[in-house]
Amino acid sequence: MNAEWRWDFAIEILPQMLMATLNTIMAAGTGYAIAVIVGLLFLLGQRTRFKIVNIINREIVEFIRSTPLLIQLFFVYFVLPQFGITLSAWVCGMITIGLHFGTYLSEVYRGALEGVPKTQWEACRALNFTTFYTYRRIVLPQAFPIAIPGMGNYLVGIFKDTPLLSTIGVAELFHAATAVGGYHYRYLEPYTIVGIIFLILSVPAAMGIRKLESSVNKSQGKVKN
Amino acid sequence: MLLGTVTTVKVLICATILYVIISIIFGLMRISKNKIIQGVATVYIEFFRGTSLLVQLFWFYYVLPFFGISLEAFTAGVVAIGMNFGAYGAEIVRGGILAVPKGQWEGAFALNFTPAKRMRKIIIPQIFPIILPPAANLTVELLKATALVALVTVVDLTFEAKQINAITWLSAQCFGTALLIYYIISRFFLVPFLRWLEVIAARKVGKDIV
Repeated sequence: MNAEWRWDFAIEILPQMLMATLNTIMAAGTGYAIAVIVGLLFLLGQRTRFKIVNIINREIVEFIRSTPLLIQLFFVYFVLPQFGITLSAWVCGMITIGLHFGTYLSEVYRGALEGVPKTQWEACRALNFTTFYTYRRIVLPQAFPIAIPGMGNYLVGIFKDTPLLSTIGVAELFHAATAVGGYHYRYLEPYTIVGIIFLILSVPAAMGIRKLESSVNKSQGKVKN
Repeated sequence: MLLGTVTTVKVLICATILYVIISIIFGLMRISKNKIIQGVATVYIEFFRGTSLLVQLFWFYYVLPFFGISLEAFTAGVVAIGMNFGAYGAEIVRGGILAVPKGQWEGAFALNFTPAKRMRKIIIPQIFPIILPPAANLTVELLKATALVALVTVVDLTFEAKQINAITWLSAQCFGTALLIYYIISRFFLVPFLRWLEVIAARKVGKDIV
C-alpha cells in the first residue's frame, strides 16, 4: 500500500460515488422538508398562550439542540424497536434529522418574527387589521427575508450532516466511500472524492443562498418604498 | 460511562482551545489588506466549512497515515474538530471586528492612538460582547461534535454507550443516559460558564463607556 493517488482507481469508483451522491441529496432534501414542518410545529408551541406548553416546548427544544445528532440517531434506531416500532434506517435517519434541525429552524423562525419591529404590529392594531391579515400582509413578508439566510444555512448544514446517517447503515455517499475503501483497502481516493463532492455541492449552494438573501432584501426594499 | 465522559470533556477542552486560536488567526487574516493572506484564509474557511466534519475526521485519521503522518485517534479528533470549528469561528471574529462602529476607529485615530493601543484599548474590548454569543453557540455545537470522535475509535462517551449497547442491548438505558449526560454538561456547565463570560465582557464595555 502506498500513498500515491491512483487515477485509474479514482475513475473506477467514481460512478458508484456519484450514484451515492444522489442518495445523499435525496436524504438532505427529505430531512430538510421534515425539518421545515417540524420547525413550524415547535414555533407554534412557542407562541401559544398556554404557559405549560411553552415551557415543555422550550425544554424539548433545548434538549434536542444540546445533545449530539449522532446519539439521537442511535437512540431512535436502537430504542424504537424495543417498543415494537421497527423502522428502516432510512426512515429513522430522516425522522431524527427532521427533529434535530426542526428545533434549529424554529429558532430561525422565532428570530425572524421578532425581527419585525413592534411598531408594525401596533400600526396594524391601530388600522384595525385582523391578526390573520396582519400576519399575511404585514409581518410575514417582512419576516421572510430575515429568515432566508438562517434557513439556507441549515439546508447546507443538513447536507453536511448526512454522512452521520452512514453510521446506522443508510447507503449514502460516505457509506459508499467506506464500503469501497474497505473492499479495496484504499481509503485515500474514496474519502478524498467524498470531500471534493461535498465542496462542489455546498460551496455553490452557500453562494446561491447569499445571492438569494441580497435579492430578497432588495425586493423588500422596493416594496417598503 | 463516566470514564468516557472524562474523555469527552478532554476533547471538548482541547478542541475549544485549538478552535479559538485558529479562529483568531484566520479571522484577522480574513480582514488583512494583503490579497494573498486574505486568499489563503478564504480558501481555508471555504474548504473546512464546505465539507462535512465527519469526512474531515476520517480523512485525518485514515488518509494522513498514507502520507507518513500518523495521528493518534485522540489527536486526529481534536485537530479535525478544532480546524473545522476554527473556520466557523474565523467568520465570527471577522464579523465582530467589522461590527465595531467606524466612528470608534476614527475616534481612536483622531486621538492619535498608536495602532496597537487602538486595537487593545478601543477595538478588542468592544469585540468581545459582539462575538461571545455566537461563539457560545458554536462551542455548544462543538460539544455535540465531539460525539463524532467515537467513530474514529476514541473511547469517549458515545463510544462507551455504543459498546455497552452492543453487550447488553439495553439501548434505551444506555443511549438515554448518554443523551442526558451530554445535556447536563451543556445545560449546567458549559452554557452557564459561557453566559458568565458574556456578562463579564458586557460589564467591561459598560464601564469603559461610563
